[in-house]
Amino acid sequence: MINEIIGTILICAGIAFDFFGVLGLVRLPDVYNRLQAATKCVTFGTAGILLGVLIIQGFNAFGIKCIIGIIFIFLTSPVGAHAISRAAHRAGIKLTGESIVDIYAEDKELKESSTK
Amino acid sequence: MKIIRWVTGVIIVALFMYFNFFIMELTTLIKLINVLLFSILFVLIRVIIGRTAADRLVAVDILGVLTIGILALLGLFYNESFFMDIGLIWALLSFIATLSFAKILEGRSLDD
Repeated sequence: MINEIIGTILICAGIAFDFFGVLGLVRLPDVYNRLQAATKCVTFGTAGILLGVLIIQGFNAFGIKCIIGIIFIFLTSPVGAHAISRAAHRAGIKLTGESIVDIYAEDKELKESSTK
Repeated sequence: MKIIRWVTGVIIVALFMYFNFFIMELTTLIKLINVLLFSILFVLIRVIIGRTAADRLVAVDILGVLTIGILALLGLFYNESFFMDIGLIWALLSFIATLSFAKILEGRSLDD
């Protein structure tokens, strides 16, 4: 009984994180802002849903599959986000006009000037 | 113009939440799955209108992660564990697709 209550609370928190992350994906002005909001929030939300299902089900086949899913999401989602942001910056997509610093572009200029 | 957009968005979200949680007579799990499906509608809006290729790539990546959550809740509803197998395979294929599309977007070929 206590398992179902804790699991349902975790599932509701995860769904709230998912919804706000997707809201940020629609609302924010830039590729990089959208990537930050969407990846962090949605990863944590889906991991919360899987943790709630694990607590409700216990350690049977379903629970073990949920543990494997949590580990896999936490390993692969930052790698995908990093690859997308690096590719977008190298493909020449501009930052939004309100942003104040771009460390990666300064770094590339410094490296080019040092090699010449 | 900005106020009109804000008011339209708030009215759409509030109408959906009101009809989902107070009007429809459904089980609690089905109501929660409905919220995730509504989120997927927003992701599809970003896929359709999204200005550059990187926006669409981010949206498709997020769509894969949301689908794992829906499949886990469906497995809890039907009390079957094979839905999570589909979720794991979906996560694997989504990860590989994201990496390869990012490489193509960067301008390199796949065997680089």
